[in-house]
Amino acid sequence: MTTTLDSQKGGGELAAVEVHGITRSSFILRGALTAGAALGAGAVAPFVSNALAADATGDLDILNFALTLEYLEANFYNVKAKSCNLSGNAKTLAASFGAEETAHVDALIAAIKGGGGKPVAMPTFDFPVTDEKTFLSLAYTLENVGVGAYNGAGPSLVSKALLAGSIVQVEARHAAAIGLLTGQTVVPNGGFDKPLTKTQVLAAAGPLIK
Amino acid sequence: MTLARDDVERKKFLKMAGKGMGAAVAASGLAAFIAACGSSSSPTTTTKTTATVMPSGDLDIVNYALTLEYLEDEFYAKVATSGLFSGATLTTLKVFGEEEAQHVAALYSVAKSLGTPAAKPTGKFPLTSATAVASLAATVENLGAAAYLGQAPYIKSPEILAAALSIHTVEARHAATLNTLTNQSPTPDGAFGKPMTMSQVLAVVKPFIA
Repeated sequence: MTTTLDSQKGGGELAAVEVHGITRSSFILRGALTAGAALGAGAVAPFVSNALAADATGDLDILNFALTLEYLEANFYNVKAKSCNLSGNAKTLAASFGAEETAHVDALIAAIKGGGGKPVAMPTFDFPVTDEKTFLSLAYTLENVGVGAYNGAGPSLVSKALLAGSIVQVEARHAAAIGLLTGQTVVPNGGFDKPLTKTQVLAAAGPLIK
Repeated sequence: MTLARDDVERKKFLKMAGKGMGAAVAASGLAAFIAACGSSSSPTTTTKTTATVMPSGDLDIVNYALTLEYLEDEFYAKVATSGLFSGATLTTLKVFGEEEAQHVAALYSVAKSLGTPAAKPTGKFPLTSATAVASLAATVENLGAAAYLGQAPYIKSPEILAAALSIHTVEARHAATLNTLTNQSPTPDGAFGKPMTMSQVLAVVKPFIA
């Protein structure tokens, strides 16, 4: 039986045929996603390409990268916040979100150890913020970068999709809550959140790590 | 997610859940889909009600998400013209509705590239007061986030997973915003979003399907 792409019938067998290193169904899907004919598919396309370009370095490496970001956020909310003179909703939010980031740190450490890996040590940080306004502005940035980081790495994870997903959902909730509090958009990427590559994440978060 | 222990039932189910599933959904709408997820106790279904049987395969997951997005899209469209809201709140609800419409378009495209997209269900939503509707919107969005999270570990294609993750966090943003606007916590489940199974979600949405 010929197995050319031209044949539209017999999808069962053809679906498994490798074409240029990817399966036929994957090839068709990429075509559908990048075609841009329909608004929805076109809207998703660049984001899908971005996620696929992300480095796949193994679950433990990805979790350690996430751990670094969570250390950063936990430290930001739990320690840095104290010197920014927060009050009212901002103060409540920092306390609540700080506790949640700490839980993320703990969960990632447990997952890394459980996977036979070594959790990275907590770095020291330098947050160039001094008051409530600048604190919340950076919080907004950090949470949105966090969403992008997890969404970028997500498809590369072999076995920790649920853990990562349950964390990123909360980062997105944080980002929206801070946006609402500060009058910034709760949906900075519109209908589809943008996955970020490791390089892009480091460009945003790197300067804060000493 | 557990498979039916009875081999005869399992074979019957898998026959439905295979390539025929898409056609079944398109032909007879949501009813067949819900029956397959084992949420009904009708004696005419072929699945055991004591075991939770899940459809498997990316097309089924995409069609499930598409069904939910169709409902959200319709809900927001009705809310926008209900006359219950004005000003900034109305704007927010309209923006969220536009994003759900984008989700419908994207998922429809993906479903079409894999097989037959699910038929559009007809929703029925009580629109009594602004408070009740805002609360319902929050419920729907939290449910959507839980639904996507619940399926993340089962999506096989990395491309589809990337698209699902990019939608999942937007639903989370919507949920957190609406929670805050209805005086609820933006993170009602704390540090980790809770996944819901297909059965659980469809049981909750059943009353909203005409």
